[in-house]
Amino acid sequence: MRLNHEESFTIQGGNFLDAGEVSIHIKRMLQDMGVAPEILRRVAIATYESEINIISYATWGVIHIQVSPEEVVIDVDDEGPGIEDIELAMQVGYSTATDKIREMGFGAGMGFPNIKHCSDSFEVTSKVNKGTHLKIKFKMQQTDTTES
Amino acid sequence: MELLDAKALVGQNQLDMAVETAFSADLLSDVLAFAKAGSLLLTGLTNPQIVRTASILDIAAIVLVRGKIPQSETLRLAKQLNIPVLSTRYILFETSGRLFSHGVKGCIKKVGNDDYGTT
Repeated sequence: MRLNHEESFTIQGGNFLDAGEVSIHIKRMLQDMGVAPEILRRVAIATYESEINIISYATWGVIHIQVSPEEVVIDVDDEGPGIEDIELAMQVGYSTATDKIREMGFGAGMGFPNIKHCSDSFEVTSKVNKGTHLKIKFKMQQTDTTES
Repeated sequence: MELLDAKALVGQNQLDMAVETAFSADLLSDVLAFAKAGSLLLTGLTNPQIVRTASILDIAAIVLVRGKIPQSETLRLAKQLNIPVLSTRYILFETSGRLFSHGVKGCIKKVGNDDYGTT
């Protein structure tokens, strides 16, 4: 098991066709590294929600993943409209999704709440008309925040 | 299979498995929030995202309800990611009921106060 790794993935906004490719790649990578299934699953969900967000709202973005024996840290940076009211965006059910996004089955206002639920620490910072930054952390030791 | 009068569109030879839970939804956001690993995903959505979502969540198999015919890209991706896809002409309610009455349980019974079914 090699538990030290760092990698960045670029994601184009509006590329709905490939939505999820990067997250599936990251999940496989962590699986190959021997990350515990329970953590793997939570990281995969949070990454996927972030990827869908970039594709849905931003011009482009980068998902950066850093794995160490202690934790997995995901940094998501995008260039786009940003979020005016982060508190509102954290609320279950709040969404500014377009019809295109809803057509795919997303845009229920569950993205941020779900990332928060899956992770051990979740921070959002955003500048309107510039972009949004997410920092999502997962501790490597078992926690029981999901699988209820 | 017989229970749902379903046909396998992808993964015919991977269907010999025991499934204990299922999640029915046409909203992938909810699937991502509530579905458990190893569950069946019952849905009327047919786009490739159902396959990627299933892959992320380790879903055992996708069951398309109401006789939906998936997009060819969806089937191609399901083959690639090794996720069985079945199709039944039963509606979502009927499909869920048939499975439920044969011992398959929901991933959660109801959502909790925090909206996440942490009962």
